[in-house]
Amino acid sequence: MEKVEAQKTEEQFENPIKEFWDMFCQNKGAVIGLGIIVFFVLVALLAPLIAPYSPSELQANALRFPPAFLKGGDSRFFFGTDDVGRDLLSRLIYGARISMGVGFMVVFLSASVGTVLGLFAGYLGGKVDWFIMRFVDILMAFPSILLAIVVVSVMGPGLMNAVIAVAVVACPTFIRIVRASAMAERKKQYVMASKTFGASPMRIMFSEILPNCMAPLIVQISLGFSDGILNAAALGFLGLGAQAPTPEWGIMLADARAFISSDPWLVTLPGLCILLVVLGFNLFGDGLRDTLDPRLKK
Amino acid sequence: MSQLEVNDLKMHYQIKSIIGGKGVVKALDGVSFKVSTQKTLGIVGESGCGKSTLAKTLMGLESPTSGSVSFDGVPSQNLNSKELFQTIQMIFQDPYNSLNPRKKAWRLIAEPLLINSHLSKKECFNKACELMEKVGLRPEMANRYPHMFSGGQRQRLGIARALVLNPKILICDEPVSALDVSIQAQVLNLLVELQDTLKLTYLFISHDLHVVEHIADDILVMYLGKIVEYGPREQIFKNPQHPYTKALLKSSPNIFEDNDKHEPLIGEPPSPLNPPKGCNFHERCPIASEKCQGEVPTLRFHENREVACFNL
Repeated sequence: MEKVEAQKTEEQFENPIKEFWDMFCQNKGAVIGLGIIVFFVLVALLAPLIAPYSPSELQANALRFPPAFLKGGDSRFFFGTDDVGRDLLSRLIYGARISMGVGFMVVFLSASVGTVLGLFAGYLGGKVDWFIMRFVDILMAFPSILLAIVVVSVMGPGLMNAVIAVAVVACPTFIRIVRASAMAERKKQYVMASKTFGASPMRIMFSEILPNCMAPLIVQISLGFSDGILNAAALGFLGLGAQAPTPEWGIMLADARAFISSDPWLVTLPGLCILLVVLGFNLFGDGLRDTLDPRLKK
Repeated sequence: MSQLEVNDLKMHYQIKSIIGGKGVVKALDGVSFKVSTQKTLGIVGESGCGKSTLAKTLMGLESPTSGSVSFDGVPSQNLNSKELFQTIQMIFQDPYNSLNPRKKAWRLIAEPLLINSHLSKKECFNKACELMEKVGLRPEMANRYPHMFSGGQRQRLGIARALVLNPKILICDEPVSALDVSIQAQVLNLLVELQDTLKLTYLFISHDLHVVEHIADDILVMYLGKIVEYGPREQIFKNPQHPYTKALLKSSPNIFEDNDKHEPLIGEPPSPLNPPKGCNFHERCPIASEKCQGEVPTLRFHENREVACFNL
């Protein structure tokens, strides 16, 4: 009996990734989320191959066609066309590219800046911690979308500036999460041990402490994707993000607002896309949190 | 010349409270001792008596308030940090906490080399495997993470890490107190073996007198930052002089003697923020006299060892 158990633990040790994957698969929501993410990533990557038309191509005599499966639809335009005659399906497919790109950029910017600042605050403590945390408090005192609007108004509208604005807004969460983990890790003996053979503070922060802060960080990264996409779309909707001809879901929503009663699919479909992507990342992030948090392990 | 010489080492911490009160904690108060090559000095005492502060100060992690530490006659200030790391290294108490869980075994062992030498990764890996063999671990385990090792194996990893820079002195800060008794013996035997082959000098900090008796040549008993008794092992174990040492020895369980007769020490060690006047120990001492309440005893020779007590 003992031998069997020993073998079992050995197997678990040998394959942490498989163990993680098994745990992850038990969470149905997380798997659905992952499926949605994979779907949209594929759509974004293969956009030129699967989109029937170019996103900016105007179709003659095809203004505001309803989707093909509705009455009066045209089989050439599966999701119908918008108010200037562009194929909605193609625009949505190219929009996935922009949204995924925005999500990735936002998370990359905010997570890298947030991790560095969080590590400094958590490990060095004292005055450094005080300055960083008061800066974070100021950022957090504003409602996030308002702060993003302020940042964009200062820098001028545009997709890149919107990404930076959203990244600034997302930063405090990362700083706080990394700081909290770093403060807990800093007191452990392995940090002291690495001092006894001369590890520099930089080495201790990035090589010793950071790998031990990864679990909450990974979860926040996956959740940060959805926040980033949502905020960027909101900025686009307000006309502060990507500019007009760009097939961005937020702008598509804003442009179609006038037709909400006459041609509701023009608003519904981009909105549905945003909803699905955000839902996917949230489900995935939640599942990841459940799997990575040892306290929730059975 | 002794390998390690500590002279009147003091480590005082200033404590400021919010209410405005100020205090000084004398974690080390005039500690002096010598250890010669390949000898082991056992340092014993209750928790809070300054054992770990002593280890940190010797490692250069804290700079002492006053006093000096010299290695082979060279004052520690004259050594740069790299030379210091190559002279003295440390083994930690908790094998679960002192190894970074995200690093592989070879990386844990080789980390000091990666920092302090210009060896390539490959060479560091080989050196780590070599050391794993030396401390009784199979080199095939080099790519495992710490959680795949047992407590005793982890402590062996810690020992290997401390040895990788070829230090002459090892500070063992309660190296076996977190281990099972059966594994304690294995690790202690390993330490003794390594001492012979590598000509190491040990500073063995422990609260377990049996362990110290097994391994130490000299014993240093500390109480509240001060040395109360310091001398050769046989002298101290067979014929303890200071009332605190006597109490310590009696409090340690022994299967050959009936322990019911022994009277435990009364009370707790006094707060280091507010130590008693005179001898630190007089409030708990069975033989305290009036002199002990007013004057601080200094170490003096008595029956082949140094003792800090007036009433002997």
